[in-house]
Parts: sequence; C-alpha cells; structure tokens
Amino acid sequence: MGRVSVAPVEIERPESREAPESVPEPDVPWVTVVHNDPVNLMSYVTYVFQSYFGYSKDKANRLMLDVHHKGRAIVSSGTREEMERDVQAMHGYGLWATLQQER
Amino acid sequence: MSGRFEPLPGGGAAVALDGVEISILRSLAMQLAELIGPGDQPAGGGDPLDALFADGPSKPPEDPALARLFPDAYSPPDEELGAREEKEAREASAEFRRFTENDLRARKRDDALAVVRDLDALGPGSAGGAAAVLELAPERSRHWLGALNDLRLAIGTRLEVTDEDDGGELLGLPDSDPRKPMVMAYFWLGGLQETLIETLMPE
Repeated sequence: MGRVSVAPVEIERPESREAPESVPEPDVPWVTVVHNDPVNLMSYVTYVFQSYFGYSKDKANRLMLDVHHKGRAIVSSGTREEMERDVQAMHGYGLWATLQQER
Repeated sequence: MSGRFEPLPGGGAAVALDGVEISILRSLAMQLAELIGPGDQPAGGGDPLDALFADGPSKPPEDPALARLFPDAYSPPDEELGAREEKEAREASAEFRRFTENDLRARKRDDALAVVRDLDALGPGSAGGAAAVLELAPERSRHWLGALNDLRLAIGTRLEVTDEDDGGELLGLPDSDPRKPMVMAYFWLGGLQETLIETLMPE
C-alpha cells in the first residue's frame, strides 16, 4: 500500500474559516476504535487482539469485554498512518473498526 | 451436524466432516468467494499489472453483507457527527477505501478459496457421503478462521442478527421457516469457528 498520510495538514489557515477549536490539533494522537457487533465471537475478538497487537490474554480479554459491554473500545493509538494500518488489519480480521483523532 | 475442530499434537487442527457437511461448506465458501468477487476491475481487463496499480472503489458496497465486510474507516457507527465532520469522515473513508479495499477483497477471497481447495483435496469419495477427516496446518487454520468469520458475518447480516440474544430466537424458528437452513448453518459455522480458535489461541 503506497499510502502516505501527511498528518499535520493544515498549518496555515485563513482566519476567517471555521472556529479554531474545531481544527484538529496535529499533536493529538489518533486512535483505533473497535465497535461491538452481534456476529463476532467473543473468543475471536480476544484472539485477534492477542495475535495482531501481541496483547496479553488479560489485556485482550479486558478490551474484548469493553467492546462487548460498552459498545466500543480504543485498542491502539499512534500516528494517523499507524492507525490506518491497524484499522485495515482489523477489517482484514472482520472486526468493525474506525480511526479518529482523540478528543 | 456436530463439527468440532480438535487440536493436533504438535500444532494444527483436525475436524471430521461427513459428505453433506463437506458439500454445504464448499458451497458456502464458493458463494462467499463469488460475493466478494475480485472487486472493481479496470475496463478492458488486459494487463494484470493494471489491476495491481488500479485504485479501489471510493464508495461503500451497496450489498449490506459486503458493506459489513468492508466498512468505512472514518465513520463510527455509534456517533452522530456534525455536518462538517461527517463530510470529512466521508472523504477520508473514500480515500482509505481506494487504497485498501481491493487488497482486502483479494485476501478474503483467497481465504474462501483455500477452504474450497482443502475440501476438494479430501478426494472425490467424500462427496458421496463418506466421512473424512480434514487436517489443517496452523497456517491453513488461519485461512479457515478468516473464511469462517467472513461467512458468519455475511450470513449474520443476511439473517439480520441484531445482538447476541437473537441467537436463541433464531434457533427457535419452526422448521417451516425459510430461514431455518441458513440459521442452522450459521450456528454450525459458529461451532467450527469457536473450536478452531481454541486450537490457535496463544497462551
């Protein structure tokens, strides 16, 4: 995949545009969020967190339970490019994942 | 149908399948491969290199099962975004899709076809109803795990499984319900997947 994200995109912005607080801060990390879905097996979600992220059984299980009970869990954080890689991997496993800038 | 994978000594997994199970599994895996398809091919379809460097699609698939297999990367399902954020998320999702979806489709299709190939390798006798034991090396198990999960996602979307509790409801359908065979297949695949995961689970 030849994708390169240029993370801090907007260094100069005309002041007349949107309110400054809505401009994403370049320093704020991006996160990968996994969402609950009714089909994926709990054991499978744990397996994916262990084998892809290398998380311990305990951590993988805790994140899986967060997904299951709270509907979502942040499973990794980093640069936008890294999170795109993680989201692509999660989609490969069939997990429902999105990335966003941490707020 | 009582398909269960058992771990093999030294790694890998084995499952006993009868002829009916083999033909159901093969048929489902073929349908999945066809559903996933090769993705959007460049017009003309001449040089394979064109396909390699072609951009993928920018819009989510219209088929709900495919949309579940290839979701938007920037649009969380559980959040209301403002108009501006929504537009940004849509654009970023479209760009992500262009760069990733073809590759993802190829991998999922490969997984489904790996299942077909491994079943065919059990020999022509198995189609006549004879039971056969399928043995998978760990690397093959991972293809199977991916295919079983994608199959369940596709069937679960078709059956409109909405949360974990729907399981009981679907299982209780009368035999006359047209969804019944697919429901049985869905739970049978779940058992296969669950037991295959146990053979792969890192300590």
